[in-house]
Amino acid sequence: MSRGPLSLMVGLVVCLGVSLFGENFIASNFAYYYDILITIGINIILATSLNLVNGYTGQFSLGHAGFMAIGAYASGSWSNHLDPVIFGVLGGPTNPLATNVGLFISMFFAGVLAAIAGFAVGVPSLRLKGDYLAIVTLGFGEIIRVAILNTDFLGASRGLSVIGSYTNLFWTFGSVVLCIYVVLGLVHSTYGRGFLTVRDDEVAAEAMGINTTKYKVLAFVVASFFAGVAGALYAHFKAFITPEGFNFFRSVDIVVIVILGGMGSTVGVTVAAVLLTILPEGLRALAHTQFVPPAYQGLLENRLILYSLLLITLMLTRPQGLFGDRTASKKRFVRSRETDG
Amino acid sequence: MDRLLEAVQQLINGVSLGSIYALIALGYTMVYGVLRFINFAHGDIYMLGAYSGYLLAPLFAHFFKFGEFDTFTAQNALFILSGAGLIMVLSMAICAVIGVLIERIAYRPLRERPRLNVLITAIGVSLFLQNMTQYRLGADPKAFPQLIPVHVVEGLGTLTVLTSQLAIILATVILLIILRLVVMRTKIGLAMRALSLNPTACSIMGVNNDVVISFTFALGSALAAAAGILVSMDSPSINPLMGNLPGIKAFVAAVLGGIGNIPGAALGGLIIGILETLVIAIGFPQWRDGIAFAVLIVILLFKPAGILGRVEREKV
Amino acid sequence: MRGLRSDMGRTRKRKLQLLPLHFAPSRRTAKAGAFTYGRTAKAGAFAYVVLALLALPIHTTLAQIKIGAVTCLTGALSTFGISSIQGAKLAEEDVNAAGGVLGQPIELIVEDNGSKAGEATTITRKFISQDKVVAILGDLTSSATMEGAPLAQAAKIPLLTPSATSVGITNIGDYIFRSCFIDSFTGKIMARFALDQLKAKQAIILTDVKQEYSVDLSDVIRQYFTENGGKISSAISYSSGDTDFRAQLTEVRIAHPDVVFLPGYYTEAALILRQSRQLEIACPFVGGEGWDSPALVEIAGKSADGNYYTNHFSAADPSPRVQEFVKTYRAKYHAVPDALAALWYDGARLLFQAVQRAGSTDSVKIRDALASTRDFDGVTGRISIDANRNASKPGVILKIENGEMKMVQEVTP
Repeated sequence: MSRGPLSLMVGLVVCLGVSLFGENFIASNFAYYYDILITIGINIILATSLNLVNGYTGQFSLGHAGFMAIGAYASGSWSNHLDPVIFGVLGGPTNPLATNVGLFISMFFAGVLAAIAGFAVGVPSLRLKGDYLAIVTLGFGEIIRVAILNTDFLGASRGLSVIGSYTNLFWTFGSVVLCIYVVLGLVHSTYGRGFLTVRDDEVAAEAMGINTTKYKVLAFVVASFFAGVAGALYAHFKAFITPEGFNFFRSVDIVVIVILGGMGSTVGVTVAAVLLTILPEGLRALAHTQFVPPAYQGLLENRLILYSLLLITLMLTRPQGLFGDRTASKKRFVRSRETDG
Repeated sequence: MDRLLEAVQQLINGVSLGSIYALIALGYTMVYGVLRFINFAHGDIYMLGAYSGYLLAPLFAHFFKFGEFDTFTAQNALFILSGAGLIMVLSMAICAVIGVLIERIAYRPLRERPRLNVLITAIGVSLFLQNMTQYRLGADPKAFPQLIPVHVVEGLGTLTVLTSQLAIILATVILLIILRLVVMRTKIGLAMRALSLNPTACSIMGVNNDVVISFTFALGSALAAAAGILVSMDSPSINPLMGNLPGIKAFVAAVLGGIGNIPGAALGGLIIGILETLVIAIGFPQWRDGIAFAVLIVILLFKPAGILGRVEREKV
Repeated sequence: MRGLRSDMGRTRKRKLQLLPLHFAPSRRTAKAGAFTYGRTAKAGAFAYVVLALLALPIHTTLAQIKIGAVTCLTGALSTFGISSIQGAKLAEEDVNAAGGVLGQPIELIVEDNGSKAGEATTITRKFISQDKVVAILGDLTSSATMEGAPLAQAAKIPLLTPSATSVGITNIGDYIFRSCFIDSFTGKIMARFALDQLKAKQAIILTDVKQEYSVDLSDVIRQYFTENGGKISSAISYSSGDTDFRAQLTEVRIAHPDVVFLPGYYTEAALILRQSRQLEIACPFVGGEGWDSPALVEIAGKSADGNYYTNHFSAADPSPRVQEFVKTYRAKYHAVPDALAALWYDGARLLFQAVQRAGSTDSVKIRDALASTRDFDGVTGRISIDANRNASKPGVILKIENGEMKMVQEVTP
């Protein structure tokens, strides 16, 4: 796809432009919206990467928050230890070049570490199917979280303060663009065929000589890499992370986005990520207005009750999610009898 | 001699813990047997059983004098046990109804759909039950009323076995016997076994699959509720999230014993309970939860069919 | 759903093959029919979100002085959060009934962080940029406060937490204040009480390794106890969420200490007390304010008797100030106030008073007024803000007797 790299470049340049000219203005005057915007970006990365595993490859992973945690803590502690060195070389914490380089190295390190963890978890687990895989990935997610909880130099139960918050619009949305590029690029290639085959009928795939384990592990590793990157962005944005923030409910949050968007549709998942990030804030605002009797305010703000109802209703009425049966790709739209991508 | 006594002590602790896991695991395994589906929300039925007991007990507290007896005596034993038994039976009934309702509303419409849809729905149901309970009844731990007097059983020398632990073991044995009778000697039990082998043939033979499935859910939920009440007698602190960890461990127990195999679930539960107690006894209490996951990974890697399970060939 | 069922990822079967061809919907119509539901749902969701966002500016009131209050109203810590906000709201009512602050009514903008990590930053940003508050009251827990405080500091908005006890919070900056005592004080009281009143020479500490609060307290206790002649024979750990402590308690039984320190939360403390009495451990247990809850006595039953814990506040305190507070709280909320309600009542009033003393809504003046708070008369004692922006105030030691908390001692710093 020669259009692909071009779109990537354009996307990155746009992000750079917005960031250079608009960042400070937005961050100071619209801090709340800025917060939501960056959270949207992080959620898109998390959801599209999980979609690669759950949607395109059909492997149900419930441990995505664990890789996010690895990325967050890896980049957090890396920054805490190495940023002073970088600042010493490139000049102080106010120097934008220094902070951006520091962040980039941090993110990359986080992604690589999370990818290694993804490989370590994936290889033994991915021979399991359906429900078993779900429980095992859940278990690994919890093991990662408990391991961090017991590690003193990562802050354990105290939490970890990350020096400075350098996450900015460029890195966040640049990563979003990169993530979508990579995911779509993989999907529209022979690897994508592999993923889809594994999803549709693993036995037939094996019979045709396709190495299903290779594709499953590849999807898992790529997804973990981006989960790590998202975790790094999260850590540098919130500036304080605790193991509790990466528990099973965080994984469920991401899974709900993927299911709402439609497993196997990148466009759908992106839209769902935007919707489900804005929704709690919208509900928060709504709960304050006169439209809602006080008795129900708590219900509105109880995100998990709403999400669980959303999951159940979605599965009963529209399991393919919002965009499940079609994507933005014209090719897919026309050949609707084929399985969707 | 000391070591032997200590070993027996830990064994009793382990069997008592394992009985709880066994009761919950039975629900997982029976539902898997008839529907080939892991009911993620099963651990929360256990929690609802405990809460049913918590809400019911005050209604009968005056009549049965809950909390007023300090020890068991020959005179009051029957009275106390009947009081506790009544609460347990009522909770089992309530949870059986809840289990059937969940099946009707959330799982039955999805029977023809891929397994993944039902799994996601089950997660949704589980979250809903937990958070709704949290919202309506409060997220903080509540004190479960004392149904039976809890003290060390007399006459066992240096062994500290609590009456609650004894109650757990005895109740589990009774329930297992009843379950065995139901599954092996009744028509509906026969239907359950047949359904787990071949649903289509079953319906051809005139069995109403839906009724049998509902009955299976009811039975499994009742056992989980019993587990909830029994564990609350021993450790009287209940909270909306109490079903998470025991639910996962019971799932591991069911897989360990061979998912779909009823004696396997009971065996698996006992093994997990004893293993957990062993881990604590040798001095690593912080790994007690991790041991279940370790067992799961080992079993799935080396013998996925479980101890008593049979390998199901996937036909294409 | 009749008609076209869509299985995820599978080929969609067209059920209408039996109909005569001219009745069979074309693929396009079929698609349209199948997507109506989805489109309506999407349109509905979109409209809802737009409405919700539009609702944001509807939230205007006449009150000029806005103070943001953030706590855990839903989720795992909701019981504590509701207590805290009830205390704060009572303070708001009291102050507004007496004429408000600087001649204007105070408005508490209450937000819920859902007991989730990561929410506090968004809420703090909202307070700063959307609601334009003059000060922030919050958060309930130390970890949530650690999230929001750096933002408040950077924006130079004074933040006061009435209940987060982690030492590092006030180190974040000079706009961050605390109106409760910190773990180092609590630990000292506990150790001193055991040494002086209980005449303990040898002790064991049971620490909840999953909770920073417990770990910090344990460190302080150990240090103070050993420095003043006591001996910690062993430090045993457990995790919050555990329900069976017999392994740890068997160790305690063998060691026969004079006292056991249990600086954890009541959820586990209640069960530990119960199981320790079952194992016939007779020595008293000493705990911190994490024990404070009616559920402790409910769950532990008679096993709770004979043990002690430190607290910020006792509803049984006969002083008229406390009793009046208990009466008003009871009248409004039909419950006895717990320590959190009392702390947040005091914290809110302290903040309001600081704004009053500052004479304006200028954040620097409010900050200075907060820093110079001396002998504020609260229901949790006389509060002064010290040089580290922590509260210097007395604590109480309670003994549990026959299921009731009796005040044994008031300890001034």
